[in-house]
This record gives sequence, C-alpha cells and structure tokens, in this order.
Amino acid sequence: MRRVAIFIVSFIVWCALVWPYNSANIAPDGTGTAWDLQSIVLGLFVAFLTALLFKEAFTTQPKNMFSPLRILWLLLYLPVFLYYCIRANLQVVYLVLHPDMPIKPGIVKVKTKLKTESGVTALANSITLTPGTLTVDVVNGNELYVHWLVVESADEDKATEIIVSRFEFFLEKIFV
Amino acid sequence: MSEIITAILITVGVLFNLFGCIGLVRFPDVYTRLQAATKCVTLGTCLTLIGVVIYGFSGGHGAMGLKALLCIGFLIITAPTAAHALARGAYKYGVKLKEPTVVDLYQDISPQQTSIDDEET
Repeated sequence: MRRVAIFIVSFIVWCALVWPYNSANIAPDGTGTAWDLQSIVLGLFVAFLTALLFKEAFTTQPKNMFSPLRILWLLLYLPVFLYYCIRANLQVVYLVLHPDMPIKPGIVKVKTKLKTESGVTALANSITLTPGTLTVDVVNGNELYVHWLVVESADEDKATEIIVSRFEFFLEKIFV
Repeated sequence: MSEIITAILITVGVLFNLFGCIGLVRFPDVYTRLQAATKCVTLGTCLTLIGVVIYGFSGGHGAMGLKALLCIGFLIITAPTAAHALARGAYKYGVKLKEPTVVDLYQDISPQQTSIDDEET
C-alpha cells in the first residue's frame, strides 16, 4: 500500500516534469500519436524503482494521503499562509530599509500540540517563512526554539500564542 | 495583458530578492541575516516563477508553466529547511548572537562552549 502510494505520486511528478503529450507529433493526415510512449514507459519504470527503494522515507499512513478532507484543509491553509508570507516579507523589507534598523532579536521557546513528525515539520517551515521568525531547533518533538527578529515576549505561553497558534489550527486538521 | 502581469511579477520578485540581499549586508549576525535571506529570497523567487507560470500557460508553453509550478512547491519545502539547518549548525558551531539581542533561551539546553566571532570566520 505504501509502495503503491509512492508509485502514483512519483509517476504524477514524472509526467508533470516530462509532459509526454505533444499535439505537434500528430502528422498532418491524422496518423501518429501525440503521446510520447517512450517517456511514459521510462516514467513507469522510474516510479517503480522509486517505490521499491524509498518505501521507508516517504509516508507511514498511505490511507490518509488522498483523504479529501485533508486536501480541503490544505487548500484553505494556503491563502492564510500566503497572507502571512507576504506580511513577513513587507516587515523584513521595512526593517532592512529603516535607517535605524529597529530590530530586537532573540531566541524564544514555544510549544506545539502537533503530534506527527510531518506536522511539526510543516509548522517549523511555516514559522520560518512567516513574520520575523526562524526555527532553530526542535527538541523532544514538541518544543521549538525560534529565532525572533523583533521579540514581543520571551514568555513561553505568550510566544506560543503569537507564533504558533495562527498555524496550529489548520495544521492540526491537515496532519491528523 | 498576460505579458504585462508577467513583467510586473518578475520585477517585484527581483525587487524582493534585492531587498533580501541588502538585508544580508545590513543585519548584524548570522541568524538575522538568515531571516532576511530566506524570507525575501523565497517570496522573490516564487513571484518570479509565478510570472513564468502565467507566461507559460497563456503563451502556449504549458509544459514550462507546469515545471515552474513544481519548482515553487520544491522551493517552499526546501528553503526553510535549509535555513533551519544553517541556523542550528551555526549555533552548535558556536557563532554568537550579536549586540541588540535581548533573549536567548536556547542557551539553556545547548550551551556554547567555544565562542567564535563570525566576522573573523
């Protein structure tokens, strides 16, 4: 089951990269095919190899992978993430161009309720791409050390509320 | 029309990249510099790629647009991971947080024995 999931995903990525369809290949009289059979067969072979070799590295619960509810939450999460990402960039641009550079950097500790490894990874990556924060380390699976460009509060609970809670709501539902 | 949007997106993307580079020069230490580098460069490059996607799909180069779309996905996953690895590596190696730093709770669990000034290294 895990291998099948990896096989499907790698084949889709292969097709997106190679694009084995070209209508220019059809001869003017309608013969010939638009599908590039060579690369499709090669893609199937490569996807098969990938599934064979990287079973461990990919996913633990293939059943959840194509669950529509998770994908829906992911689609809802994207605009939220994009909003914070753009805000982060405007903040950094402001700090960079400000003559006095009003930064107050420091490393604070935050806690997360997320259980799965991929959930914590997604949270850490989201934190890095959003306003003024950069994940330095994850300890014990649920404590994140975050470098903050403008420290608003060194207190653990307050920092958690400011940094983590805005993503946790969505990520909890995506990475069940 | 789509060419104008493409041009605007690529220009804004390159501008963000430029601001990221200015931040790289102006900020005081490794960690703040990483912040400028990852955020601005990720969004800047993504905007540039979105420009390519729009150009590709509207101009009949669907394959090119799709590849650019994939690149955006890879970039969003890998750039923060790399930044995290660099920050952690720098801290473990002993690079200090510079002057305006107000708090460092990471010190408690990962004390720095050696002190290295990143200006010299």
